[in-house]
Amino acid sequence: MQCDNLINTLAPCLVQSGWNGDIANFISIFLGVIVVATFPLLVTIFLIWFERKFAARIQDRLGPNRVGPFGLLQPFADVIKLLGKEDITPAGADKVIYNLAPVMMVMSVLLIWAVVPISPIHYGMDLEIGALYIIAVASFGTLSVIFASWSSNNKYALLGAFRVVAQLISYEIPLAFALLVPVMLAGSMSLVDITQAQAGMWFMFMAPLSAVLFFISSQAETGRAPFDLLEAESELVAGFNIEYSGMKFALFFAGEFMHVFTNGVLMAVLFTGGYIGFGGLENSIPLLGVVFLFAKASIWYMISLLVRNALPRVRIDQLMNFNWKFLVPVSIVNVIMMAFLLKLVQELGIAPAPDQANDFVANIPQTLVLFAGNVVLGLLILNNIRSRFRKERLDESAKRAIVPVGAGD
Amino acid sequence: MGVPLWMYLTVAAALFSIGMYGVLARRNAVAVLMGIELMLNAVNLNLVAFWRYLTPFNMSGQAFAAFVLVVAAAEVAVGLAIIIAVYRNRQSVEVEDVDMLKG
Amino acid sequence: MNFGEGLTPQAIAFGLFTILTIGGALGVVTSRNLVRAAIWLMLSLFGIAGFFVLLSAPFLASVQVLVYIGAIGILFSFAVMLTRGMTNLKERFNTQWWLAAFAAITAFALLMVGVIVPVFGTTVIPVADQVTTTVDLGVALVSGNQYVLPFEVASLLLTAAMIGAIVIAREDD
Repeated sequence: MQCDNLINTLAPCLVQSGWNGDIANFISIFLGVIVVATFPLLVTIFLIWFERKFAARIQDRLGPNRVGPFGLLQPFADVIKLLGKEDITPAGADKVIYNLAPVMMVMSVLLIWAVVPISPIHYGMDLEIGALYIIAVASFGTLSVIFASWSSNNKYALLGAFRVVAQLISYEIPLAFALLVPVMLAGSMSLVDITQAQAGMWFMFMAPLSAVLFFISSQAETGRAPFDLLEAESELVAGFNIEYSGMKFALFFAGEFMHVFTNGVLMAVLFTGGYIGFGGLENSIPLLGVVFLFAKASIWYMISLLVRNALPRVRIDQLMNFNWKFLVPVSIVNVIMMAFLLKLVQELGIAPAPDQANDFVANIPQTLVLFAGNVVLGLLILNNIRSRFRKERLDESAKRAIVPVGAGD
Repeated sequence: MGVPLWMYLTVAAALFSIGMYGVLARRNAVAVLMGIELMLNAVNLNLVAFWRYLTPFNMSGQAFAAFVLVVAAAEVAVGLAIIIAVYRNRQSVEVEDVDMLKG
Repeated sequence: MNFGEGLTPQAIAFGLFTILTIGGALGVVTSRNLVRAAIWLMLSLFGIAGFFVLLSAPFLASVQVLVYIGAIGILFSFAVMLTRGMTNLKERFNTQWWLAAFAAITAFALLMVGVIVPVFGTTVIPVADQVTTTVDLGVALVSGNQYVLPFEVASLLLTAAMIGAIVIAREDD
C-alpha cells in the first residue's frame, strides 16, 4: 500500500509498520477529530478580521489597520487581550452550567463540520442521516442559550434568552423544510450523496426558492442582522450573555462567527455543489475540491455579510410574524410543490436516466420544469406580499387622514 | 457487537424502575412528568434492543420506537400545558394540591 | 452468564452510556432544583441516543437528540422558568417516598430475577452483521401494508396535541 495520503491511509500504514490495529484506528480517528475541530476555529480567526474590514468598508471606514500588515494580526491581539481579562463568575451563578454553556455553543457549530464533505475523499464521517444530524446538533446551540441565561442568575439574561429561544426554535421549522428539498432531489440524507447528486446540475437552479428560504432562516439561526434580536443592544443590555466576560464571552462570539461561515459552507454543500468544480478536476486532484468548496462558501458568506450590514434590525413581533405567517407557509407549500413536480418529472420520463445523472445536458429538461415551478410559486408569493403591503399602506394613510391638522406632528 | 442483549435489558429495567420511583415519590408535577419520560425511554431502549438482536430484518421494533417518540412528545406538550394552566389557577404545581374533582 | 467478548470499544462505549443514562436518571429523581433536574434528564436521554447508535439505529438516535434535547428539554426548562417560585423545591419527595422506593426496587428485582436473567442471561443470541437501514425504516413507515396507518394516526395525534396544548395553556382574553 502506498503510504502517501496521510488522512485516508494513516491507520493501515500504522498497522503495516507493526502497530496494534485498534490503537492505530484510535489514533487515526483521534487525529481526524482534532483536524476537523481545529480547522473551523483557525478559519474563524481570519474571518473576524475579514468581517471587520468588510463592515468597515461598507461604513466608509478603514477597519483594523494597526497590528500587522492590513491589521491582519488584530484578532490575535484581541485574543491575548481577552485571555488577560478577569474571569468573572457572578454571585449566585450555577458554576458548572455557567461554564458549560459557552463550550456547548462552540460545540454545536463544530459538530456540523463532522459530516461536511470538504473534498471527494476528505470528510469526517459519511452519516446516512447527515441532514437530520445537522438539525439535531443545532439544538445544542439553543440549549446553550438557555443554560447561559439561567445559570448567570440575571433577569436581563433570562429575558433575552426567552426571545432568543423563541426565535431559534421558530426559524428551525422553515430551515428543516428547506433542507428537505435537497434531500428529496438527491434521494439521500447523506451530505456526500447530496454533493455527488449535484455533479450534473446544482440544486440552486432546481430549487431556488428553497435556497432562499434556507439562507434566510439560517441567517436567523445565527442571530445576525436583520435578526440580531439576541443582542439588541438598545433594548436588552446585551442579551443572554450579559454576565459573561473574557474568554467565555469570546467563545460565544467565536461560535457566532463560525456559525455564519458554517452556514455558508452548508449553502455551498446543499445548493451549489459542494466540492464539485468544473470538468471533474476535483476527482483527479482532491485538494482542488477544498478550494472549490471554500470559494463557494465564501461567496455565500459575503452575501450574508452584505445582508447583515445593509438591513436594519426587525422588531420582535415583525420577526415572529415574518416566520409564522410567511416563511413557514411558504416553505410547506414549497416542499409539497417540489415533491409533486419531482414525481411528475419522473412519471413523464423527463428525468435523466440513472447513468446520465452526472451529465449536464441530460439534467436540463428536469431543471427547466422544476425551475418553472419555482418561478410560478415565487411570483405568487411576490404578488401576495405586494397586496399585503398595499393594504398596510392604505390603512396607514387612512389613519393619517383622520388626524386633524396641527395635532401631533 | 461485544455487548450481550441482557445488559441492554438490565439498563432499561433500571431506567424504568428509577422513572417509576420518580413518578411515585415526587410531589412536583413537572418532576412526575420527567419520571414518565424516563419510563418511556426505557421502553424505547427495550424495543430497539430487541429489534437489533431478535428481528433485525423486520422494521417493527424501530417503527414502534418512533411512535413512542411521537407519543412522548405529544404527552409532554399537553402535560406541560396543563401544568401551566393549573399553576395559573392555583399557584401550585404539587400533585397533591390538585384535588378539585374530589367530592 | 455471558459477559460478551471482553473490553471491546463497544463495551467501553456501552459502559459510558450506562453511566450517563443511569446517573442522569438518578439526578432527575433526586434533584432539588427543577432546572437541574431537566438538565439531568437531557443527559440521561442523550445516553439513550448513544445506545441507539450502538444498536445501529442512527435515525432514531438523531431523532432522539432532536426531539428530547431540542424540543422536550427546552420545553421543560421553559415550563420550570415560567412557573418560577417552584424552581427550588422545599420538599423533594412526598411522605410515602419509602413506599415508592420499595416498589421501584421490587420491580427491578422482579424484572431481573424473573425475566432477564433466566430468559436472556444464559442464551447467546448471534447478532446479525447486516441490518436494515434508514431507507428500510422510511419505506416501512409509508408502505401500504406496513405502518402507514399508525404513521398517519401519529401525525394526527401530534396535531391534536399541538392544538390542545395551545388551547389549554393560553390565557383567557
